[in-house]
Amino acid sequence: MNFDFSDDAKALRDQARRFLDERAGAAVARKAMDGDAPYDAELWTSVVELGWTAARVPEAHGGIGLSAEEACVLAEEVGRSLIPVPFVSTLMATEALLLAGSEAQQARWLPGIADGSVIATIGWAEGDAASPATTRGVRAEGGRLSGTKVPVPDLQGARLAIVSAAGRDGPSLHLVDLEGPGITIEAAPTLDLVRRHGRLTLDGAAAEPLGDAAAFHAWLDRAAVLSAWEAIGTGTVAMEMAVAYAKERVAFGQKIGRYQGVKHKCADMYVKLELARAHAMHGAWAMATDAPELGQAAAAARVAALDALKFAAEENVQLHGGIGFTWESDCQFYYRRNRQIAFALGSRAWWADRLVRTLERRNARAA
Amino acid sequence: MDFNDTPTEAEYRAKVRAWLADAAAKYKDMPDAEGRNAEFVRRSKDWQKTKHDAGYTGITWPKAMGGQGLTPMHSIIFSQEESKTAAPTGLYAIGLGMCIPTVFTHGNPEVIQRFVPKALEGGEIWCQLFSEPAAGSDLAGIRTRAVRDGDDWVINGQKVWTTNAHLCDYGIIVTRTDPSKPKHKGLTMFIVDMHAPGVEARPLKQMSGGADFNEVFFTDVRVPDAWRLGEVGDGWKVALTTLMHERLAVGGKPRHSPDYNTLIDVARQIETEMGPAIEATHVRQKIADVYLADEGIKLTQMRALSALSKGQIPGAEQSISKVVVAKNMQDMAAFALDLSEAAGFMTDGGGSDLERLRASYMWSAGLRIAGGTDEILRNIIAERVLGLPGDLRPDKDTPFNEAKPL
Ligand SMILES: Cc1cc2nc3c(=O)[nH]c(=O)nc-3n(C[C@H](O)[C@H](O)[C@H](O)COP(=O)(O)OP(=O)(O)OC[C@H]3O[C@@H](n4cnc5c(N)ncnc54)[C@H](O)[C@@H]3O)c2cc1C
Repeated sequence: MNFDFSDDAKALRDQARRFLDERAGAAVARKAMDGDAPYDAELWTSVVELGWTAARVPEAHGGIGLSAEEACVLAEEVGRSLIPVPFVSTLMATEALLLAGSEAQQARWLPGIADGSVIATIGWAEGDAASPATTRGVRAEGGRLSGTKVPVPDLQGARLAIVSAAGRDGPSLHLVDLEGPGITIEAAPTLDLVRRHGRLTLDGAAAEPLGDAAAFHAWLDRAAVLSAWEAIGTGTVAMEMAVAYAKERVAFGQKIGRYQGVKHKCADMYVKLELARAHAMHGAWAMATDAPELGQAAAAARVAALDALKFAAEENVQLHGGIGFTWESDCQFYYRRNRQIAFALGSRAWWADRLVRTLERRNARAA
Repeated sequence: MDFNDTPTEAEYRAKVRAWLADAAAKYKDMPDAEGRNAEFVRRSKDWQKTKHDAGYTGITWPKAMGGQGLTPMHSIIFSQEESKTAAPTGLYAIGLGMCIPTVFTHGNPEVIQRFVPKALEGGEIWCQLFSEPAAGSDLAGIRTRAVRDGDDWVINGQKVWTTNAHLCDYGIIVTRTDPSKPKHKGLTMFIVDMHAPGVEARPLKQMSGGADFNEVFFTDVRVPDAWRLGEVGDGWKVALTTLMHERLAVGGKPRHSPDYNTLIDVARQIETEMGPAIEATHVRQKIADVYLADEGIKLTQMRALSALSKGQIPGAEQSISKVVVAKNMQDMAAFALDLSEAAGFMTDGGGSDLERLRASYMWSAGLRIAGGTDEILRNIIAERVLGLPGDLRPDKDTPFNEAKPL
């Protein structure tokens, strides 16, 4: 058994960590929050130059053709850094194209993604309480889409949106070139002040189906694994912040880290994050090898990672006391991003239910 | 045991209700003034004066002070009824709930006569100048200095997180008057004029976006010795009076915050693939949990009230309130936002249940810290209620200016 990332993936992680430590982090996120650019164009250029958008794209389409392990590693590092670029959205869209795209669709979009000229995103949400699997607002008719998707992450600046629309067997994905007619893009304010979201209104916009309903669900599993890694990255930095502060802040004549009320909270953050990491490793393996366990591993990774991130983000504020509740403190970035990641692919409850359904199906098959 | 009002209580409640129906009606359709300082202050002052003229302020306080000389039950009945209206009350919560009771208990007769009646009618607004950058939970670690100079004291230092300091006229401040004594022994409390030369309040923006609290700088600020609260060196004892009132004043759920009914309403509107959210077991369990916490705290407070109405002092049970309320608010808000999927994450729905839930998710993080953190309140329960031994306090008996942190 070797339940660990490959050496190549680890090398990529180290390189990404060095780059992001130097160029990204909370101060850069704050600058993005205060500005109004949809993303940091200079950083995006660097990310593209490092080959991250090309990582998953096959060599035949101008990419590097790395495995899902590398994608997971990058998602975690990007989650740590809060870097204000549309990387996670583009990565998730890339997975959809890899999974469900025809040869022509891949040839049309993947080279642009690899060379950074195409920013891509995924729109499934429709502003109401629907989960990813209940699309009501966007309909496909004769190769055209109508309806509204909101909030869509990183929409402003994107060239390609992969949008879910209602179909006979449930929602499936469609490719929408955002430069075509019948498309309106507006800002949609959310709790996350760093990652921008938009409202995408489609009025008979040209669209191509990207796989069927089954492919949509298969994509959800892959996206869930990536989002789990992102959440673990974000949660881990919240924990590191809390631990560093606990070692330095003094109350009642000693470091607050000496108090069990503080110490145990830090330990609980670690325990939750490590359990989530184990599930997310399982997910990375299943994704990389197309294992039949992917459904259960992905749902478990997402649920565990959401729990760990929520706890770390909330208790990081708490351990900082009054200073943690200020606008100036970096705690707010993790607190707010926790809501973004929780929303981004459907809620914890929906994924917990999906996990149990997956287990039931597996058990029925075994019986 | 009887949950209903006694005949006299019922009579008072009917009278209050009738008066409020008329007097507070105008606030119902006014746009929210929170965050707009001048308008918020004007409205709050106006309401306080209206109540004062009608005999509904200082309900439990002696008539000589401008109060009504009634029982704590009368006061609670009034607050219960008032909280059903849209009248603005928040601005006076700290002043009348914590500062003025401290002035009242520890000030000299002239000081009481000068400040208490004026505060009751709402003419002057008060803040609590306790926390400092290096001393929050460990309040006795404050460093702001007060030095005697003739009939005055001269104050230098910095306070922080002072709610509403930028809107206030007076504050009560804890200072260090003798750094060569152990930390709890060298403290003295004063009243300070927030408009005096050398006082500068700078609003600080909260994580949630608003700017209700401040950092306050004191540079050679002069305070007459007559404004001292308690003896020189007795500041800790005086501060405890304020903190005791703080538990009563800030323990409950903030007015108009979402509760289990909000969760029921939100869940009823949501259709999931598995049917209406309100039918889902995990949602029903959560509603039950939130009810248990919300109502449990209300009922616990009623037990404390019963003690009060019999003239007894309520026990330390009071400290459970904020521990339960704040964390429960945070968890319920996160749950409801999750249940609302994308709609819970967007921020453009002003005034809706979801907007209140989002605000509650942000604000509850501060409530878990303000007025004693969750952890400190648990220490209080463990130590004062259950009699468990306290944390070791290495610096407790060392002169303040020689103590070194472990
Ligand atoms: C919204 C808001 C309004 C406020 N308004 C006012 C005001 O009007 N006036 C005023 O004077 N102050 C005010 N405060 C300040 C508040 O009282 C302090 O923030 C609070 O007491 C915590 O102190 P601190 O911020 O220094 O945190 P610290 O004391 O540094 O605490 C940091 C962390 O360590 C933990 N900790 C500390 N000691 C222990 C221990 N012994 N065991 C276990 N854990 C421990 C704390 O629980 C916390 O999680 C306000 C704060 C907020 C957030």
